[in-house]
Amino acid sequence: MSQLGVDNHSNPLRDPQDRRMPRIAGPCSLVIFGVTGDLSRKKLMPAVYDLANRGLLPPGFSLVGFARRDWAHQDFAQIVHDAVKEHSRTGFREEVWNQLAEGFRFVPGDFSDDDAFERLRLTVAELDEVRGTGGNHAFYLSIPPRFFPDVIGQLKAHGLAEADGESWRRVVVEKPFGHDLASARELNDVVSQVFPPEAVFRIDHYLGKETVQNILALRFANNMFEPVWNGRYVDHVQITMAEDIGIGGRAGYYDSIGAARDVIQNHLLQLMALVAMEDPINFEAGSLRIEKQKVLASVQLPDDLGRHTARGQYAAGWAGGVKVGGYLDEKDIPSSSTTETFAAIRLEIGTRRWGGVPFFLRTGKRLGRRVTEVAVMFKKAPHLPFTDTQTEALGRNALVMRIQPDEGATLRFGAKVPGTAMEIRDVNMDFAYGGAFVESSPEAYERLILDVLLGDPPLFPQHEEVELSWQILDPIIDYWAKHGQPEQYPSGIWGPKSADEMLARDGRSWRRP
Amino acid sequence: MNIDLTETNASAVASALVRARRSAGSPAMGMVLTLVVVTDEAGRYDAMKTAAAVSSEHAARVLGIIRRSARGSARLDATIKIGNNASGEAVLLRTSGELVRHAESVVLPLLLPDSPVVVWWPQHAPDDLAGDPLGELAQRRISDSASGTRGKHGSLLAQARNYSPGNTDLAWTRLTPWRALLAAALDQHPAKTTGAEVAAERGNPSAELMAAWLETRLGVDVNRKVSRGPGITDVRLRSRHGDLAITRPPSGRSATFSIPGEADRPVALKRRDVDELLAEELRRLDEDDVFAEVMRCVASRSNDSSDSKPRKRSAPTGKKAATKARS
Repeated sequence: MSQLGVDNHSNPLRDPQDRRMPRIAGPCSLVIFGVTGDLSRKKLMPAVYDLANRGLLPPGFSLVGFARRDWAHQDFAQIVHDAVKEHSRTGFREEVWNQLAEGFRFVPGDFSDDDAFERLRLTVAELDEVRGTGGNHAFYLSIPPRFFPDVIGQLKAHGLAEADGESWRRVVVEKPFGHDLASARELNDVVSQVFPPEAVFRIDHYLGKETVQNILALRFANNMFEPVWNGRYVDHVQITMAEDIGIGGRAGYYDSIGAARDVIQNHLLQLMALVAMEDPINFEAGSLRIEKQKVLASVQLPDDLGRHTARGQYAAGWAGGVKVGGYLDEKDIPSSSTTETFAAIRLEIGTRRWGGVPFFLRTGKRLGRRVTEVAVMFKKAPHLPFTDTQTEALGRNALVMRIQPDEGATLRFGAKVPGTAMEIRDVNMDFAYGGAFVESSPEAYERLILDVLLGDPPLFPQHEEVELSWQILDPIIDYWAKHGQPEQYPSGIWGPKSADEMLARDGRSWRRP
Repeated sequence: MNIDLTETNASAVASALVRARRSAGSPAMGMVLTLVVVTDEAGRYDAMKTAAAVSSEHAARVLGIIRRSARGSARLDATIKIGNNASGEAVLLRTSGELVRHAESVVLPLLLPDSPVVVWWPQHAPDDLAGDPLGELAQRRISDSASGTRGKHGSLLAQARNYSPGNTDLAWTRLTPWRALLAAALDQHPAKTTGAEVAAERGNPSAELMAAWLETRLGVDVNRKVSRGPGITDVRLRSRHGDLAITRPPSGRSATFSIPGEADRPVALKRRDVDELLAEELRRLDEDDVFAEVMRCVASRSNDSSDSKPRKRSAPTGKKAATKARS
């Protein structure tokens, strides 16, 4: 890795053999824009505390909040305190808190306010002086993308974007990375004018999950899966991310985005890339990116988008024992909205490995239960030396990687039902990630924030991947936009009928996750 | 669920384990390692509790071994614990009579197939862990010099002289946060170190290891000071611009982190519980190369000092023991 936060060679106390020694970030600070937002309170600030509690932050680490509030440093500290108490994963310890709290700063102001950014510059300089942050600062833009030009421009105008000497400046942005190819490019132009590509970290929190990283371990650390990981044995792949909740209070955001942009463009296509890619030459960011890009670039859309995609909108119904309203009944959603809350698409990957193997991606709200999984469905055995009745209950062999909840892997195969008759039925062999290792596996944000501070980029999608994803999705979204209302589906089931029909046309069916 | 088996043998214990798993409704085994705990009646409660806590991070089959009186006829009694909010399973094996000298014959059939074995001696570790019949079964052998009864430093020295790959000591594990902070200090202030000092309560094995680590890493003489503890209270690296120091007051859960030219800062540095230490140990099961190097240094320091002057009863960490390793 070319640029870790700390230089391992010059420090005699560091040794690559010394694997007990935690990867502690070098001296630095994290500046959060939009610090009053939900994400910041529920995820970012607790993650910072959890990192400190695990001893992974450097002693002088500082946290700067920037928002349009009339707060003093202490008020900010109080907000962080409450957020940490409520949402942190690890227990609250006074001494950890004290260590962190000394480094809290708050800068009030508007994104267009020159004075505020001047104050920010002074604050950051003061931290370098007093806390020894050494000119290393990460700017986390936890704000709607329409504010990016303002903030990035201000960072540049006030000299906050340039680092001198060995020190670094990084910028962290959250999804959505645009809402189509054009806007993604626009957004990238804004950011890349000021920050070089290696200083831009796009957070897709899914990639920080232990179980997503475990896909790589499962595929590339083992020998037994690779021989069957291709079109000769694999019939198709189903990637599902289902939520049981509705849109909650996110009406304004969600209605302009929809399920496909919200989930498929980033999470599901990234998962697909990890499942489908060739083995990287190593696990450095560049090598992983090359392989993921190859997959995304070789994706082929179905010729007839009407037959091989499906979308829906949840209607009123009973979900998990609760009576709930439909999408169009939600507050602030226009009754004519054509935004989809369920999306399913069929993709193919034009490579020798995957030729003829469809990848089915689906996501939706108010579905049967909350679950994310990747199911690799195998072909049936070419010949079965049993009678049809004996294998009636035998389905396809499957390898399911369960991303959340109940992380783990399931292998599904046929076994004999005990008894005198030969009867074969599917059974599941289960590996529970939570049970076998770390019950307390770190939150995705902890991992990602630490990686930002260490300058360790493998888990962050790069701009090229973002563009490729939009290239895949744009034609589908355009097609949908021209074809009226999505189909209504009752809340609490597994999506609209058209989704089932879409697979039935291929002679397949969705797995019930 | 508790199952008691009296005057039993390993295969009866093994089938009782399978039965218990089936009746709990989950015959699958998600366990990743076998943890053998060598303890006694006085220490078993704490030791098994600690092992169970660790088992929630690394689901393990925990085998507690108690050697009772060697007199009388050979006998094995077992208590199996499954469920009770713990992941994994635990068996307490009480050996008596001639069997106390052959406890490994009970343990061997109960090891999980094809997965790592760890032996932990909460107290009274043998001098040669790898040569011990139970230790021989394991990839990882964990002692705790700080719990030694015959002079803490003596225990560490014995471990150092008999070190073999796979051995580790909780006195070393306790140092990890200290070492991380010291490395962070040198990251922030990359100055050439001209000397170092470690202050700790008398006979503290962690302090001995810290001094040896600094010596091997920095190539400087490490001065030793005795303080009132608990544990290590102060570690400082001397440089031309001043000291880089981490100081933990006797009361404290937090320490002070100082580097030249900057204001002192509080850092959290709690003394960790044994289950946290053990969990850290189980995260890696290959040889700890850095520890091996440090143990070699500890062993050679003691050889040097016993060569130069006749050994006294007291440990060489005495009051003004500015022990020099290589002269």
